[in-house]
Amino acid sequence: MTTTASALEADATGSGGAALEIERVTKAFGAFVAVDDLTLTIPSGSFFALLGPSGCGKTTTLRMVAGLEQPSAGTISIGGRDVTGTRAHQRPVNTVFQSYALFPHLTVRENVAFGLKRSRASNIPGRVADGLDLVELGHLADRKPAQLSGGQQQRVALARALVNRPALLLLDEPLGALDLKLRRQMQLELKRIQTEVGLTFVHVTHDQEEAMTMADTVAVMNHGRIEQLGAPADLYELPRTVFVANFLGQSNLVAGTVTERLTKRGLLGVDVRGTRVLVPLARAVRTDGAVLVGARPEKMRLLVGDQAPTRGENVLGPGVVTDVSFMGVSTQYQVEVPGLGTFGVFAQNLLGGATVTVGSAVRLAWAVDFTFGLDGAQARDEGTVDLDDEP
Amino acid sequence: MTAVLDRVEATSTTTPARRPRRRLGDLIVPVFAALAFVYLMVPVAYTVMFSFNDAGKTNLVWQGFTLENWQNPCAAPQVCEAFANSLQVGVISTLIATALGTLVAIALVRFRFRGRALTNLLIFLPMSTPEVVLGAALLAQFLTLRVPLGFGTVVAAHVLFCISFVVVTVKARVSSLDPALEEAAADLYASPWQAFWRVTFPLLIPGIAAAALLAFSLSFDDFIVTNFTSGSYTTFPKFVYVSATRGIPPQANVISSFMFVLALAIVVLVQVLGYARSKRLRAR
Amino acid sequence: MSITAALGESVSGDSAPPPRRTAQRAHLVLLGPGLIYLVLFFVVPVAALLATSLYVPVPGGDVGEYQPALHWQNYTDAIAQFWPAILRSFWFAFLATVAALVIGYPMAYAIAVRARGRKLLQGLLLVLVVAPFFTSFILRTIAWKQILADDALVVTLLHWLHLLPADERLTATPFAVVSGLTYNFLPFMVLPIFAALERLDSRLLEAGADLYASPTTTFRTVTWPLSMPGVVAGTLLVFIPAAGDYVNASLLGNNTNTAMIGQVIDARFFKVLDYPTAASLSVVLMVAILLLVGAYIRRSGTEDLL
Repeated sequence: MTTTASALEADATGSGGAALEIERVTKAFGAFVAVDDLTLTIPSGSFFALLGPSGCGKTTTLRMVAGLEQPSAGTISIGGRDVTGTRAHQRPVNTVFQSYALFPHLTVRENVAFGLKRSRASNIPGRVADGLDLVELGHLADRKPAQLSGGQQQRVALARALVNRPALLLLDEPLGALDLKLRRQMQLELKRIQTEVGLTFVHVTHDQEEAMTMADTVAVMNHGRIEQLGAPADLYELPRTVFVANFLGQSNLVAGTVTERLTKRGLLGVDVRGTRVLVPLARAVRTDGAVLVGARPEKMRLLVGDQAPTRGENVLGPGVVTDVSFMGVSTQYQVEVPGLGTFGVFAQNLLGGATVTVGSAVRLAWAVDFTFGLDGAQARDEGTVDLDDEP
Repeated sequence: MTAVLDRVEATSTTTPARRPRRRLGDLIVPVFAALAFVYLMVPVAYTVMFSFNDAGKTNLVWQGFTLENWQNPCAAPQVCEAFANSLQVGVISTLIATALGTLVAIALVRFRFRGRALTNLLIFLPMSTPEVVLGAALLAQFLTLRVPLGFGTVVAAHVLFCISFVVVTVKARVSSLDPALEEAAADLYASPWQAFWRVTFPLLIPGIAAAALLAFSLSFDDFIVTNFTSGSYTTFPKFVYVSATRGIPPQANVISSFMFVLALAIVVLVQVLGYARSKRLRAR
Repeated sequence: MSITAALGESVSGDSAPPPRRTAQRAHLVLLGPGLIYLVLFFVVPVAALLATSLYVPVPGGDVGEYQPALHWQNYTDAIAQFWPAILRSFWFAFLATVAALVIGYPMAYAIAVRARGRKLLQGLLLVLVVAPFFTSFILRTIAWKQILADDALVVTLLHWLHLLPADERLTATPFAVVSGLTYNFLPFMVLPIFAALERLDSRLLEAGADLYASPTTTFRTVTWPLSMPGVVAGTLLVFIPAAGDYVNASLLGNNTNTAMIGQVIDARFFKVLDYPTAASLSVVLMVAILLLVGAYIRRSGTEDLL
């Protein structure tokens, strides 16, 4: 396995993939702006994820990079070469399509050889065999796509793209059609292959967990723009917009007004309905006026009865526990705080199951260091899962 | 769930009456359908049977079994000539109509353009025009332009009424193709020309073949339009119709039965092969 | 066989929107030859037909010689003289369509739903449906004539059962013509309905039963509405050719109470050489059918057939 992969890599053009530069690209379909003045640089050799809800412009962006769609404005460069005007078959880019788009009339082997034949590559049989070995499908080379399982089809699609050693590999929701268990397995597989061949992968997905598991860098897209870009952990721990806070994991957000600025301690004092909450200055998007104070559910803990918070903790409440769900590794509590709304709290099951019952009066505590501050002008529920929006 | 339903049914008062009625109802459709199939097949059986009739001049009454008609299918004057004409017209009309119709079908599915609705209407209209009107219209034109009637005008007319059927048949196939396949071909360095010939066209072949078969059978069996546009040129259906007044020779039944058996054999073979293949696939 | 798929498809409309692609004139190359053909051999001939329908005889000319004119009276004359044949054509076509639906729907249902999962049986039944296409249309019609003949089995049986009075016959009756029309166009009814029913998800029927619907109710509220596109396509495919047909009327009918408009048009053209009357009757037939079809499609809510 490793040998074939390194063989692929050794043959590959230079450093393994090329950088992608998208500069001020806009794409409009009639009055609808799918991608709005997007600028993005993806360094070579990285595993980059474009994450967003359906209709956010991520697939359109990918299609423009592939050459299947022409931008209305802006330029796209691959490895320093401007490819904006060229057509799909002239670009050193290959795509793993959402539906796989395997040619049903060709065998697995012929599917994988398709691109090599078009580019008149040398040693096609050998390279096809290597490609199939890489995805562990050598034994199914003579089957037709209809005779393969979903996961196998997905791997053929991957091999068909990879054998061409593209400067850039585009993955359009490649795991969307697989069931959960297979998806987890394929996530690891994809990550392994990317590490082995060292190509630049651009991965489009609406699954935040998938994006965080696989990518080095994640760009969260919404309404045709990039909301925030960074390493998965950074995005998660320090969201800069309400959309990111809600779309990537869950967040507890409460509205407040900045009342003081403790510059020496690097903190902001925020008044939340009469309670003072501290936010590190460096973690606040705004330092005056209306803000939203946020914390992740797993950072919060419940204070029962007179239990006191430790030093450096914010406290809100009291409130009432309205729901307790046992999740195995953790227990999820819903706490209703009058005037502030519902908070989610995840508690690890260190001592077995739930320790607090429904109806208990509790307060909420969490470390100031994990608090973040967002722009109070944004709607508090932006980016939350809306059942009607799900495809 | 089923258990719940059973209980609901059990408590409803209509249950005892409904159970047997449902079983009887289950039989109604197959029995009725079987009768309908008999209705459909009886005239065909008649046609085949009378190809063995030891008829003298007219083949209307059963007079005894003979194989002679099958041994000398061309014995009756003109019958084989008409048959050959029909084959010729059928093949040429099919080739032209299939080529033209396939191109139109691809354009209609794959492109959005101004005039698309008008094009669809232009495809639909010949199908919703009775043959007698098509024939009359073509004849009016041929008379006006003083075009001599014959092989050429018959082919022109047959291509016309076949095109629309080719377009709808191929269109269904094109729109069932995933557009992502062509995109995948382009993504794998295939030029539009290569993408069409290596991906789109091979996948369209079943639809094109079906359309061609349909066009051929429409052309081969057409009488009304042919009657208007053929002048003295005779096709097989026209020969049969014209000779109906003075007696159809049993050789016509032989030719018709032969075509029937041939077509049936081909279709059954294709069905059985397809069935065997799908079975083999499942076995893997 | 895939005419069924084709028709079903066109009735249900293009489900997938065509890919967003700016036309790069490629469509003109694809459309050009076919559309030019349709214009030359459909649009222009229909125009020629319209023109001919207004012609007048050349004064003092031979029989069959006409000159261009705008003689609208051709229409009123033709309708006044032949309205019974026109009405009868539509009436016969309507009866044949209803009969074909009554006979064809259970056939399609049996093939699509009852034989579902039994691929070989389904295939063979479909072959039987299209089998009549493989024998000559006219020979089959003549076979009908033989079957319905005075001394043949059917009439003898009906006489014996006293279902048909002893002095009545079946040949040369409206019944013979309508049954011939029904018979000849029946496969056109079965195939589109089969295509529609085949696409029907059997889980929908189970869902119907699960929601306490009796088989009859499930049929009325689930199966029938979902097969509507096939029914619409099938009725059109039977009605249109039946209304214009004259082979059945001339082979199975008589000259008094079964004459259909197609026969009249044919006779005017070839026997009387009365081109203007034949042309105006053709135009009347075409317009009437288009109006009926248009109204029918609109009513049944399947406009995207166009």
